[in-house]
Amino acid sequence: MAIAGLLQRHAKGPLARAVRRFAANGAALAGLAILLAMLALILAGPAFLAHQPNDIDLLAINQPPGGEHLLGTDGVGRDVLARLLEGGRISMLVATVSVAISLVIGFIVGSVAAMGGRFLDGLLMRGVDLAMTLPPVIFLLVLASITGAGIGSTILVIALLSWPVLSRMVRSRLLELRERDFVVAARGMGAGLGHLLWRHGLPNSIDILVVYATLQIAAAILLEAGLSFLGLGVPPPDASWGNMLNAARSSIVLERAPWQWMSPGAALVITVLAINFVGDGLRDAFDPRSDL
Amino acid sequence: MSDKLLIVRDLAKHFGHGRMGRNVPIKAVDGVSFSVARGEVVGLVGESGSGKTTIGRSILRLVEPTAGEVIFDGKNLPKLSPAEMRAQRRRMQYIFQDPFASLSPRMTIGEILTEGLAIQRIGTRAERRDKARAALAAVELPEDAIDRYAHEFSGGQRQRIGIARALALAPDFLVADEPVSALDVSVAAQIINLLRDLQARLGLTMLFISHDLAVVEFICDRVIVLYLGRVMEIASSEQLYAAPKHPYTRALLSAIPEPDLDRPRQRQILTGDIPSPANPPSGCVFRTRCPHAAPPCAETVPPLEEVAPGHFRACLRPDISL
Repeated sequence: MAIAGLLQRHAKGPLARAVRRFAANGAALAGLAILLAMLALILAGPAFLAHQPNDIDLLAINQPPGGEHLLGTDGVGRDVLARLLEGGRISMLVATVSVAISLVIGFIVGSVAAMGGRFLDGLLMRGVDLAMTLPPVIFLLVLASITGAGIGSTILVIALLSWPVLSRMVRSRLLELRERDFVVAARGMGAGLGHLLWRHGLPNSIDILVVYATLQIAAAILLEAGLSFLGLGVPPPDASWGNMLNAARSSIVLERAPWQWMSPGAALVITVLAINFVGDGLRDAFDPRSDL
Repeated sequence: MSDKLLIVRDLAKHFGHGRMGRNVPIKAVDGVSFSVARGEVVGLVGESGSGKTTIGRSILRLVEPTAGEVIFDGKNLPKLSPAEMRAQRRRMQYIFQDPFASLSPRMTIGEILTEGLAIQRIGTRAERRDKARAALAAVELPEDAIDRYAHEFSGGQRQRIGIARALALAPDFLVADEPVSALDVSVAAQIINLLRDLQARLGLTMLFISHDLAVVEFICDRVIVLYLGRVMEIASSEQLYAAPKHPYTRALLSAIPEPDLDRPRQRQILTGDIPSPANPPSGCVFRTRCPHAAPPCAETVPPLEEVAPGHFRACLRPDISL
């Protein structure tokens, strides 16, 4: 009864309308389906595999796909499929956690800057300016060399690099929102910063956050792959799509064993494309111009 | 305890005075003084840009006044600490002009109506919802509106919701900022009647901002006429409409449409536009458009003088009979 009432109540809400618009978008639904299939495979797949990602079989080095090893083996005889799924899990973990962190930082910084008065705004935005002027690759090199390579530091690096853009977007949305009559009304009733951010700021920038999160997850997967490719991200023997691609640096592997780099490359491209379709669909679904 | 709920003294709001001192401040409101007695409805009239809304918002500190005192029930609001101000806010509420901008599109009506109570931490969730229902009933909206969203309502219904939101906190003082100027005439009449009934029933004190003189005459006990952020004339509604003492008021009143076509009427049409508040005329700000302007008007700012009991005007020309 209560749940039915809740559904009834939200059936006409702005969120429900966005979901309906999203459901009408073919490309976005296809992206979502691919993404969900990928996630299911990554999360549940290892349970059905005969090989562990770090099992070394020296009798089956550089085997092409087929037979016992579905996607072949790498230079030390590890199963490519098992490593692909393990790498996907790590890539996804790194991407979602780092995006979650940058969402929190970006929203708090942006919204406090917009609502917290002129002094805080100036202070925080100069901080954002500073963070944005850091050259990403050099910043990564320095941070990675300080914290050392590892999953945790990779997450940290990606999170610290990606929040400034979001905080700018949130700030500009809330600067406009701040002057809207219903926010003025809330202030007139004595609302403090917490209420304004939680009850007005967050619901009215949820579209920015959701769209940013999806697109940023794709970017974070790529960034993680790039970092790991450079040897600054997820260190071996842990698998990630990036450090699997690293194998392609060898021209012998590149030419003679394409299955070793094609499968993580393909997984990367498909996942990022699917996420981008979902993100585009969400952006269209939340577009206020299509509201009414 | 005085019978004055609100005393405004020398209120000023200047916008855009840059820290570098390069920008000329816009004197949206300058040296405005008036008072509002308990249970009284005072009208604030003037053209666009005359500072009506700025005065209303400065009183509630929705914009911070540049100078002056706003004494609400003995407390000087601009000097209060944030916590003290917060406690006072439940006693004073604002009704907005645009019913489409004043309600959050992402909240249900119930959430909108209980927002103020939640902010002020009044009652439990269930009690707040009961108060929201009571407020809906007070503005004659159906009870099932509580779980719907603002976009499902018409402009007039939304304005009722805006009024209900203001009433939910049971305030003593309301600022109604052109509450009907965005509405159709027939709907506007319903809202005006509703406001008048509520005011009488709840004993509300109200500052009613409008540019519609006919509406102001209907609902207000006293009227303040503003021009370019300064008070031109203050009088009771009867006095003001029967015997305006200021040339500007007279020009405004002559612009009210007269339903009786046979009645002789003298329209007095002001030429030109309202001057820029960044560069107001010297002396009397109205002199550039005043048909009776004389050389002294450019030199002295006319003080607000009592010309009849309870009737004040700011004009240097005692010789002109209006």
